Parts: sequence; C-alpha cells; structure tokens
Amino acid sequence: MRLLKLVPDNTNIGFVRLRYWAFGLTAALTLAACALVGIKGLNLGVDFVGGLMIEAKFVQPPEMDKVRESIDSLGVGDAALQQFGAPNVVSIRLPPPPSADPAANNAVVAKVKAALLRDYPGMVFTRYDTVSGKVSNELIRNGVLAVVLAVFGIALFGAFRFEWQFGAATFVSIAHDVLMTLGFFALTQMEFDLNIVAAVLTIIGYSINDKIVIDDRIRENMRKYRKMDMKALIDLSVNETLPRTVMTSLTIMLALGALLIWGGQVLRGFSAAMLLGIVVGTYSSIYVSSSLLITLGVGNRNREDDVAKPTGRNANAERVGPRS
Amino acid sequence: MLDFPRWKIWSILLILALGVALAIPSLIGEANSRRVGLGGMPRINLGLDLSGGSHLLLEADTTDVVRQRLGLKEEEVRSEMRRASPRIAIGDISTQGGKLEFMVRDVAQLDAAVDRVRGLTNAVGVTGQRDWDVTVVDSTRVVMTPTAAGIKDAVDKAMDTATDVVRRRIDSLGTREPSIVREGDDRIVVQVPGLQDPAALKALLGKTAKLEFKLVDITANPVDVAQGRAPAGSQVLPYPGSPGGFIAVQRRAIITGDQLTDARQEFDQTDNQAVVAITFNGDGGRRFARVTQDNVGKPFAIILDNSVLSAPNIETAILGGQARISGSFTTETANALAISLRSGSLPVDLKVIEERTVGPQLGADSIRAGIIASTIAALAVIIFMFVTYGRFGFYANIAVTLNIFVILGVMALLNATLTLPGIAGFVLTIGTAVDANVLINERIREERRRGRNVAQAVELGYKEASRTIFEANVTHAISGLIMLLLGSGQVKGFAVVLLLGIATSVFTAVTFTRMLVALWIRRNRPCDINI
Repeated sequence: MRLLKLVPDNTNIGFVRLRYWAFGLTAALTLAACALVGIKGLNLGVDFVGGLMIEAKFVQPPEMDKVRESIDSLGVGDAALQQFGAPNVVSIRLPPPPSADPAANNAVVAKVKAALLRDYPGMVFTRYDTVSGKVSNELIRNGVLAVVLAVFGIALFGAFRFEWQFGAATFVSIAHDVLMTLGFFALTQMEFDLNIVAAVLTIIGYSINDKIVIDDRIRENMRKYRKMDMKALIDLSVNETLPRTVMTSLTIMLALGALLIWGGQVLRGFSAAMLLGIVVGTYSSIYVSSSLLITLGVGNRNREDDVAKPTGRNANAERVGPRS
Repeated sequence: MLDFPRWKIWSILLILALGVALAIPSLIGEANSRRVGLGGMPRINLGLDLSGGSHLLLEADTTDVVRQRLGLKEEEVRSEMRRASPRIAIGDISTQGGKLEFMVRDVAQLDAAVDRVRGLTNAVGVTGQRDWDVTVVDSTRVVMTPTAAGIKDAVDKAMDTATDVVRRRIDSLGTREPSIVREGDDRIVVQVPGLQDPAALKALLGKTAKLEFKLVDITANPVDVAQGRAPAGSQVLPYPGSPGGFIAVQRRAIITGDQLTDARQEFDQTDNQAVVAITFNGDGGRRFARVTQDNVGKPFAIILDNSVLSAPNIETAILGGQARISGSFTTETANALAISLRSGSLPVDLKVIEERTVGPQLGADSIRAGIIASTIAALAVIIFMFVTYGRFGFYANIAVTLNIFVILGVMALLNATLTLPGIAGFVLTIGTAVDANVLINERIREERRRGRNVAQAVELGYKEASRTIFEANVTHAISGLIMLLLGSGQVKGFAVVLLLGIATSVFTAVTFTRMLVALWIRRNRPCDINI
C-alpha cells in the first residue's frame, strides 16, 4: 500500500529568508486586529457584561421584527435578537435591569416569556442565563488573568527549559495568536463568552506545543551541527519538522471541523475560534517564532561551550552532521 | 526497545482494561448498569448544560449578619446588667458605626460592668482571639467593637445555617440530586438538574421566612404610627392592606418561627382561601396559650420578614398549639411559605447573582450533537492516520480509541462532571493525542531516510520523540491547569477533560503503541517497514 505523504521528503524551503516579509505581514495583521478590537469592539456576551440571555425555540420560524416589537413594548431595555442555529431558534439579549434586586431579573424573564407565549403559543425557553454586574466583572477579571498567566507561565517555561530567546520568541508569537483571535471576533462580531476564553487558552496551549516541537529540533540540531550557520540551521529544523507540523494541524482541523459542523450551535463560536487559532498558531510557529530567534541572536554565544559540557538527556545523542 | 518483558505487557494491558471497564457504567446508563450488577460503580456526572437544569449562584448580604449580631448583643448586655446584683444602671446605648456603646451611670460600677461585658465575649477560631473588643472611653462609656475574627466567625456560622436551610427547602421540592455547596466567604452554589422552571425554586430562596407573632400595641397614636413613631417598647412595621399601611406592635415576640414543628398549606373552610396551618412545639404552644388567654379581645400581628401579614383579634384563648395564617395567598404562595417555615428561617438575605438554566430538550440535543461530532471527528482522524502511516497509523488508532475510554473511566473514578465544553475537549483530545504518534512516526520516517535499519529507526523514533512529547505536554498542561484554577463551571469541565487527556494520551500513544510495535517487530523481524 502506498502511504499518503502530504509533505515531500527533504524539503528545503528558505523560511528564514522570508522573515522580513513575514514580520511585515505579521505586524500589519496584528495591528489590523488591534485596530478592529479598538474600533468595532468585541461583542461581549452576558458572561462579561451582565444581563440576560434567553434562547427561545418557536414552533415556526418567527419574524424577527415582530419578536422585537413584542419585546420592545415591554420596556425592559434594548433587546438584541439573533437567529441561533436553527431558523426557529432565536437568542434574545437584554441589558441588566436597572434595579440590583435579583427579583428584577426574574420579572424580566417572566415578562418576556408571557409576551412571547401570547404571540407565539408553544414557544419554549430552551436556555437562559442571567448574570449580575458583580459576577460579570469577576468573570472578566478571571478570564484576563487566566490568559495573561498562561502566556507568561509558558513563556517562562520556554526560557527556563531552553534559552531566553526561545521564551521571548514564544511570547511574541503567542501574543500574536491571541490578538489575531480577538481581531477575528471583533471582525465577525461573534459573541465572545466564557467558552471563547477557554478556546483562547487552548489555542495558547496548542500553539506553544507547536513551537516547542520546532524549538526542540533547533536545540537538537545546534548540538549536532556545531558549525552550521544559524539561519541554515533554523531552516533545516523547520523543514525537518514540517511534515509533523502539517500533519498534526490537519488532524486537529479535521476534528474541529467535525465539531464546527455537527457539534451544535452552542459550540460553534468555540470551534470557530479554535480552528482559526490552529491556522494562526501554525503560521506563527513556522514564520514568526523561529525566525525571531535569529533577530534575537540565539546561538551567538560560543556554541562550542554548549557541546563541550553536554547536559541533559541529549548529551550522548549521536552526531552525524558534517564536522566542518 | 524491542525488549518488552512479559510483566510489563500484562501491566499495560491490565491498566487499559481497568480504564475501559471503569468507563462502562457511564456509557450504558444508570438503569442498564444496575441490571448487569454495576449499579454501585462510579459514574460520570452530566453537567447541567447536558442534563438540563438550573445553576444558581447566591450571595448573602453579610452586613445583615453584622447588624443582627449587634442587636442581639445589645439585648444580652441589657439583661446581663439587669441581672447583676446590685443592678448596674446603664444608659445612652448606641449601636452606631458598627459598635455597641453604653454609659455606666454610676462610675463605681464601671469595673463590674466591664467584667460582666467581658464575660459575654467568646474565644473564636484557632488563635483564641475574642469575638468582641471591650474598651472604656471617657472613663464612663464602655465600647464593644466586633473583631474581624468575631465577624468572620459569625458570618461563617450564618452561612452554614443558610446552606442547611437552602438544602432543606430545595429537598422539599422533591427534585433529584440537587447540589448545594458553599463557595468562598458569602456564596452558595445551587445546582438542580432536570428542573423545567426554576421560578418556584427562586421564590423559595428569596424569602428569609422569619416568622414572628407579636401583640399589637393598641396604645399607639395612629398619627404617630403613620409617621413611623412608636411608643417605647414598640415598633412600627409595614402592614400592606391596612388603612394607614403601618401598624405598631410590641417589640417582644410572643412566639417565633423556630418554635414551630409543622407548617402546611390548607384551605379555609368558610371562604376556601389558601391558608398556612402551623403547629407549635410544646414550649411554643404553652406560651401561645398563656399569651392568648391573657389578651382575649386584643389583636396580635403575624409578621413575616418584618412585614405584617395579618392582625386578627384573639377571640378565645388558643390552647391546642395550632394556628392559621391567612393573607392574600394563592395556593402556590401559601405552599411556598409553608415549605419555608418548615425548613427554618434564613439567617441572611440571599440574592441570586447568577443564573443559568438549560431546558432538558436542549441538553439532550447537545449530547446528541456532541456524540455525532465526536464520532465523525474520530473516524476522520482514524482514516487520515491510517492512510498516512499504514500499520503504524493503525496502532495509533487503537491507542486513540482506547484513550477515549480510559479518559471516561478516569472521569468516572473521579466522579468528574462532563459538560458541553468537555465534549469539545474530547474532540480536541482526539486531535492532539495522535500528535504524539505523528511525532514518533515522522521521526521513524526520518531515521529510515538516513539509512538506519528498522529496529534502530523505531528505537530512535520513540526515544527522540518522547522528549519532545514530554515538553509539549507540560506546556499544554500549564494552560489546562490555569483553566481549572480560574475557570468557571463549564470551562472547568473542559479543563478536566483536557488535562486527563494529556495524562492518559502519553500512556496510550507512547507506551502502548511502543509495545504493539515492539511485539510486531519481534515476531516478524521485518527488513523494511512501510511508513
């Protein structure tokens, strides 16, 4: 049986040569993402701004304007309506009621329910969330804290395990991945809720995974080919790990694709964020973090020292590279 | 590498079999597990987003506790000073600024007063700190300041009681497996699976249900009452339904809600109105009998949460230890009040600060969608792995399939909760678990290209890739741990699956596949491998 090979053997693509183009493109995209977040803002879900989110399932697909009219006439604030998955399911978002009294939330839910049931018999609330301002502030704080901790924690691990340049390069590219994901959510105005924070954290974890594999190979090759030019060495390492990078990204994208299509509406934002994150993470692994190592001057220190005092599990790795 | 002793093979198989066996009860459902005699085995809990139900986060208003504690202490101090012999005259009592202050009229009695007040304080916590600081200012005034430890202790106890009361109230609704857990200093998390409409539940939790019977102060001037002024020893309370909207009652309660043994909703025989019938305990019954005997013809007030429900006249002495509360009740509100009274009053006001309710239909839809998506994802990955790596891909596929069962098994063992994001975690784990095999297999390909023989290539492939896999998984685990620590309920569910997946996939994807490869090579001694 002939097996599938997505990446031909012994590729020799000059990734490092492209680094200025890549940096330019990356910087432009990242700036664009930041600008999008700044201008359009994120469509924050009730988890982060407080208020009510009701998911109503109608017997027949309703006319949005009519539904809006029914709710607007209640005087419970501006409702944001959105078709949610199936055509007969509508998500209704309402601002938190002005009174801090929790009974006010209940009253709003009951009011909306009564009004909609009157106009659309058989309608049911399949789900609803009410989040008070206090809780949503805590959720924002925890979400931001989690992302910041993850980025710094993992960058520290990279610096500790390898050299500081690896940590720094990883940090920059992870920040890039996170910003791009945020930009995507600002662009599409998809709802940004708690699940998306989980997705962002997973993207961070995955993206690091990718970078560690390449960094690991760079470190291995630095020991193997002591005299090789750093640029060539990084190119070699990225090329050697390219089949794995492509293969893994594809398997995960297959899995996520299934989740996006068949996983149901609730997970759609999550799957979309993850899918984008995988693409962005793979790009930044290949083009950003490894090329950044050159700019940061990894391996400028006398590498002979490194080899003279081999440490770690790699100490007796065989050296098959050219000696001169 | 090819050397796999028999004990090692058996222990690997045993661990995997155990993991899969543990997953069985969760997969076949509760009823089936009982039928095949696995009823007692641990199972995975379904999160509310999958089973349907309500999640409520309640927050207590703890300033209430502090205020009430101050009021109680004031009463205690008054009676303690009265009881002293000779009696210690005090005056100018104030509870302003969270402190209890009073003046001792006779300076000679100051030391005795301070001694007695000190006797009213208690040691709290492990440090043995007192719950009140007692100081003297201006050599006549005694000041009692609640210490931080004292307040914390009081809030703690109030929250414990509140949690118990909430549990009793929810139990009375007859829902299955509610979970009521204290969280942090002043919060309670309530999770009730399978509840269609949580309005009834919230109505139950919204009421403090502090019931008191007090005599109406008929001496009070109606004009004063309307302005909120009451004679000494009395207080003005709102009385919805009365002409002025307010009524003056004596401060001292005849009877309080904790002296009743039963409360149930009934219908009044004459006008068929819903009423709440209550039964007092022995002590309460005797007191009620005595007071009603002494006050025939006078009205008394039935007070719920500091608002007067009704103020009937005492026609005759009520001796049976039973009473009826009428008001403008519907059957539901009367029933809710009966439940609240039966389960005791809440020492604190609880507010719902977060609510998430999922209908059972949506939960079932989510499970179905999750299963379909996971199956398709698994099939796609399995086919992809097989056409790319052939036999080695097949081994990886066995590993990833086993891995799914092992994660389920470990989750059942830990009694973990599977949420909708948790299902996403599964799908993602399918993708990432094969990454280890991709790393290994690519490395074997590479080593083969460099001209190593089969055994050497496989050996090096596993050895070199293992280090990378370890490092990659550590970083992945860091982000998972952070989610577990900082995430809320549903995100935690995702983190649990992710972390377990990382741990178990190292075992299945590295150790287990290495065993399969080693056994195959040992048996067939292939000169070339198709990878």
